[in-house]
Amino acid sequence: MHTYLEFEKPLAELEGKIQELKGLAHQDPSVSISDEVEKLEAKAAQLLSNTYKNLETWQKVQVARHPNRPHMIDYIDQLVEDFTPLCGDRQFGEDPAILGGMGRFRGRSVVIMGHEKGHDMESRMHHNFGMARPEGYRKAVRLMDMAERFNLPLVMLVDTAGAYPGIGGEERGQAEAIARSTDRCLSVKTPSVCVVIGEGGSGGAVAIATASRIIMLEHSIYTVASPEASASILWRSSDKAKDAATAMKVTAQGLLDLGVIDRILPEPIGGAHRERVQMIREVGDAIEEEIRGMEGLNGDALVKARREKFLAMGRIVEE
Amino acid sequence: MNWINNVVRPKITNVFKKRDTPDNLWHKCSNCGEMIFHRDFAANLKVCSNCNHHARLETDARLGQLFDNNQYTVFDVREVQHDPLKFRDQRKYPDRLKDNRAKTGKPDAVTVAHGPLDGTEVVVAVQDFAFMGGSLGMAAGEAVVRGAEEALARRCPYILVAASGGARMQEGILSLMQMPRATVAVQLLREAGLPFLVVLTDPTTGGVMASYAMLGDIHIAEPGALIGFSGPRVIEQTIREKLPEGFQRAEFLLEHGMVDMVVHRHQLKEKLSKLVRVLMHRPGTDGSMTHIPMPVVSDEDAGTPPAVI
Ligand SMILES: [Zn+2]
Repeated sequence: MHTYLEFEKPLAELEGKIQELKGLAHQDPSVSISDEVEKLEAKAAQLLSNTYKNLETWQKVQVARHPNRPHMIDYIDQLVEDFTPLCGDRQFGEDPAILGGMGRFRGRSVVIMGHEKGHDMESRMHHNFGMARPEGYRKAVRLMDMAERFNLPLVMLVDTAGAYPGIGGEERGQAEAIARSTDRCLSVKTPSVCVVIGEGGSGGAVAIATASRIIMLEHSIYTVASPEASASILWRSSDKAKDAATAMKVTAQGLLDLGVIDRILPEPIGGAHRERVQMIREVGDAIEEEIRGMEGLNGDALVKARREKFLAMGRIVEE
Repeated sequence: MNWINNVVRPKITNVFKKRDTPDNLWHKCSNCGEMIFHRDFAANLKVCSNCNHHARLETDARLGQLFDNNQYTVFDVREVQHDPLKFRDQRKYPDRLKDNRAKTGKPDAVTVAHGPLDGTEVVVAVQDFAFMGGSLGMAAGEAVVRGAEEALARRCPYILVAASGGARMQEGILSLMQMPRATVAVQLLREAGLPFLVVLTDPTTGGVMASYAMLGDIHIAEPGALIGFSGPRVIEQTIREKLPEGFQRAEFLLEHGMVDMVVHRHQLKEKLSKLVRVLMHRPGTDGSMTHIPMPVVSDEDAGTPPAVI
């Protein structure tokens, strides 16, 4: 069953009608509907394309959070062979909000990690909706250490509303864990690629996003704080989330314009959730291309370039 | 001061309880309600003489506290992009900036200066909560980076006094990017073998806490300061529970291993002086030499057992 977003209502009606007609024909094969269905399908395709061509910021926020959008687990399933997930931070526990491990990606050994939000109630609870605790970030550091030690490219997929705010996390140093992860991510002497596949929320995202190359999917978002949190800080009302998202330019295009990301990866018409296999393959292509582009660079050169890239952000370019 | 405290104060407190406090003359302690003559409060570095509550200290007073005889030079900070989001919430961002500049007399939330601390040259960055909640925007991030550059150039320790509610929302993602930017600055100091000392003051939360404020060689917290990643209100709303007493206070962080020490503001300079002298292989203030063996192992070698033939 396809989940329609609020702004997809006209589309839902149209596609519903098509299904209805098809069902009718199925019951009574003497009814000829092919012309009508064809016409409606063309109309639906046109509507889908028009809708997605001009998504407003708030609509993109909804697409980025679409429940059928490919998640970390889906990318691993389709892109990584011989994947072995690794668990635990060796200090306190295992945090399933961040998954990671090693495997073979298009013929190369890699370390891959990312936030996993889960796809139904049970798995969402298990992965804590992709909101990591300190252990998640400390596991990320472990994985980054391993990538460097074995000279493996590092792939990081970002999809989180933010780090989890809780008592235990604060007791165990949530802030320190995020700081150390960002720190390690910046210093790792191996090529690193980050893809924001859904939601990039705040410090919880940045901790595994300070890569050599940063890609955003066309309808993903990357924010200093979730639109809801921003609204309650700035407007004292979470109802203003739409305004906050728009004002803060949280879209891939907004971030490219600000020089914060390197590249936007177009999504299939109708969003990543409509053509999951295609989307995942294209993300794979982009990651492969970026890793290839860094081949032959030594660790020190990679770190230097990464540092310079971040230091340059927000600076006024002197003519 | 004690005379005022012990003798005059109780009477005055009673008098003033009945009407509004003239804020130019008296400070009312936010913790114990004690009325303190403003000049005394300032002389006491805004520590309540009755209950030891540490109130927020403004930039100039902090710099004056740390540098010898109030001698220091403030660095200019490279200009950053001006309102790149053309941001407007209830007000325009440039208007907010203008007000905060007028209110604090500072260009932004972080001021960096250098000068002698007990005779040892140091660079100090002070983050001021009075400037838009000490929020970490591009200018503040640039100041933090600038401080590191100056410490590198002078080969001297870098002391950062943090106070921040978190990100500068009005600068969106560019505010978030100050976390990695400042982290790069810390890495450069680390590689150069220069001390980076962080003083956590009330409050230090959010993106500041989750980046440079937790990457110091040594973390010092002021008593009672609120220090954490998520703000207490956000946590309460998320878990729908009341937070335990003392949660996210300096003493709580000490107990949980996130800070090295909680130091009374009146002892801060002395403590910092002792630390930087030891770390920089300088004699103590009493002329005694510190006998710290200099390790010669590099980072990579540390922890490797000696080779066995
Ligand atoms: Zn008091």
